[in-house]
Amino acid sequence: MRTLKFLLQKEFRQIFRDPSIIRIIFIMPVIQLMILPWAADYEIKNINLAVVDQDHSEYSRQLVNKITASGYFRLTGYGSSYPESLEQVERDKADLVLEIPPQFEKDLVKEDEAKLFMALNAINGVKASLGSAYMRSIIQDYNRQVRLEWIQFPRFNPELSIDVTSSNWYNPLMNYKYFMVPGILVILLTMVGSNLTAINIVREKEIGTIEQINVTPIRKHIFVLGKLIPFWLLGLLVLTIGLTIARLVYGIIPAGSFLTIYLFAALYLLAVLGLGLLISTYASNQQQSMLISFFIMMVFILLGGLYTSIDSMPEWAKIITHFNPVSYFIEVMRMVVLKGSTLYDIRFHILAMVGFAVVLNGWAVFNYKKRS
Amino acid sequence: MKQFFVFVKKEFRHIWRDKRTMFILLGMPVVQIVIFGFALTNEVKNAKIAILDPSHDVASQELITELNASRNFDVEANLHSYKEIESSFRAGKIKLAVIFPAGFAEDLQHFNKAQIQLIADASDPNVANTLTNYASAIIMDYQNRVTYDRKLPYTITTEMRMLYNPQLKGAFNFVPGVMAMVLLLVCTMMTAITIVKEKETGTMEIMLVSPMKPIMVVLAKAVPYLVLSVINIGSILLLSVFALEMPINGSIVLLVFESILFTLVSLSLGLLISSGADSQQSAMFISLIALFLPTIMLSGFMFPVENMPLPLRTISNIVPAKWYYSIVKSVMIKGLGLGAIWKETLILSGMMVFFLTLAIKKFKIRLA
Repeated sequence: MRTLKFLLQKEFRQIFRDPSIIRIIFIMPVIQLMILPWAADYEIKNINLAVVDQDHSEYSRQLVNKITASGYFRLTGYGSSYPESLEQVERDKADLVLEIPPQFEKDLVKEDEAKLFMALNAINGVKASLGSAYMRSIIQDYNRQVRLEWIQFPRFNPELSIDVTSSNWYNPLMNYKYFMVPGILVILLTMVGSNLTAINIVREKEIGTIEQINVTPIRKHIFVLGKLIPFWLLGLLVLTIGLTIARLVYGIIPAGSFLTIYLFAALYLLAVLGLGLLISTYASNQQQSMLISFFIMMVFILLGGLYTSIDSMPEWAKIITHFNPVSYFIEVMRMVVLKGSTLYDIRFHILAMVGFAVVLNGWAVFNYKKRS
Repeated sequence: MKQFFVFVKKEFRHIWRDKRTMFILLGMPVVQIVIFGFALTNEVKNAKIAILDPSHDVASQELITELNASRNFDVEANLHSYKEIESSFRAGKIKLAVIFPAGFAEDLQHFNKAQIQLIADASDPNVANTLTNYASAIIMDYQNRVTYDRKLPYTITTEMRMLYNPQLKGAFNFVPGVMAMVLLLVCTMMTAITIVKEKETGTMEIMLVSPMKPIMVVLAKAVPYLVLSVINIGSILLLSVFALEMPINGSIVLLVFESILFTLVSLSLGLLISSGADSQQSAMFISLIALFLPTIMLSGFMFPVENMPLPLRTISNIVPAKWYYSIVKSVMIKGLGLGAIWKETLILSGMMVFFLTLAIKKFKIRLA
């Protein structure tokens, strides 16, 4: 126990005398939490619309008005011909071209059927499919309006109707930041935890100070513990900073208990730190360990469900997420912060995380050799 | 010149003999393309839903079958009471609950009117929105089919064309972004770190006292990474054409030329960072925070730039990857020529000159 105390003293001195680590620990959370939630918004709005109106009728004007009034579309201008508007799409000035053919109004009233033509920039497939869906529902709505003008429906409406009412739980204001911030907190802990430890031991290898430790009677697990505990505490400190920012800047107050969050975060940190240690026992220089940890973290974070939903992934990717500690923590954070899930709700997540922590740290201790 | 090549050869050996690093440098683009191309989509598929159906009649069963048949939904649970909704949401199992009234079919038959309630887990607002829309659309379709099949008068039909990407594949959006990310990572981070490493281990002094001009010493470090990047560009393009079935509609020569231009911008950024950083750790963190995150967040390939608040939109203009991303989209997917992208090309060239002069100016040839 006494050796551990001295080791801890050494590690803490090393950390606090390195200004770059201090900077990282305090600046990272601030930058990430202040900027990322603003940038990370998938909501599709402001679709740039170019209209080619060859009809110039009352109806075509009404339709365009209805579309721009919906709030999803931003009219960038009227083109005189389809090719001209297509060029706007090529230059990324417009996302959607709506062509109203000549005699649109006449066809609609006299022939009972009129055509509209729509072309979308589909490089971003989601934007295109949502844009077309919005457009269609607006046009259908307009269509119904026109029909009502011309047909007198009988007083007793024979049409079946199913009323769909919808409600949004847990985030009734549909604030996307409530969703992103807990996830970003996870990324923060992950980056601080795994990167710093991964580099730490390798740095001792590179400078040669590890030899000095190797010739002391310090036991392997004590050495690993000495590396682990300081960063574990730092991780919890970063989490506290992050939660404070979330509360002050975004007004996010966890619906669940802080105890649940901290308990799980403590377990999670053990697992990520173990991963960092494991990497550093394999790598022979800092460059290598940075690259390896960066590579692994990139895969973990991308497949962790922060940006895209795990349910939508193919089977093989879902299997990977079972072995991905990041995805467990992101899920737990969102559940606890937004829905107020209790320890009982996340019992399987806790079990999995204990497993990760034991395996990764055990492996790291096993792989750390005191002989060079 | 001969001296220069000797130095370049030395750098190649450095990289070549560190097999792990090489493996990752060359394997990274492959893994990224696979992840982005196959695993990540913004589309919502197979969302788990729960059904509360006290009526258990023909109409509700038909509708449930239809929801289950859609590729957007998987019916995960049949609930028996209103209370269970809350608990299954909290356990994180389901994303949407569909609630039928008792006597759904009867209501429809006798009153021509019935109600369905949808409750979405809006902790992810966008998914909630999309799911509610999908479910409503399926219900509306069902309603229209049951009502009548006859053609209505005064109908507007809309013909639609999806330009460039008719199958709406996510890869079309992601691949150009992955190219920017990989090139930036390999060039900027790796050059910055290797140069700082020589400073840290003290070997930089040895090279600076050689008869080579100091700037040549540093440039020689950049050459191998330029070569690695060209290899990576090749493997990304091959993978996207053959594995993701993406077209290259424009000229390949132009695409490769623009990629090399972007590589040069990244290399000069790497040189700039290395002249400012004094330890590998800080070189890495500067590359990560000042370059990598902005590239992911602000270049427009993950999140639409036009939705961001004005300050972020302004900052996005100084992110080189944003311009490169737009170039790749134009050349590779839209098939446009140099005429359409001269502005972006000019901006990237300007950035390269600017960063390079700054890096050279800041580079210290004196020993500390």
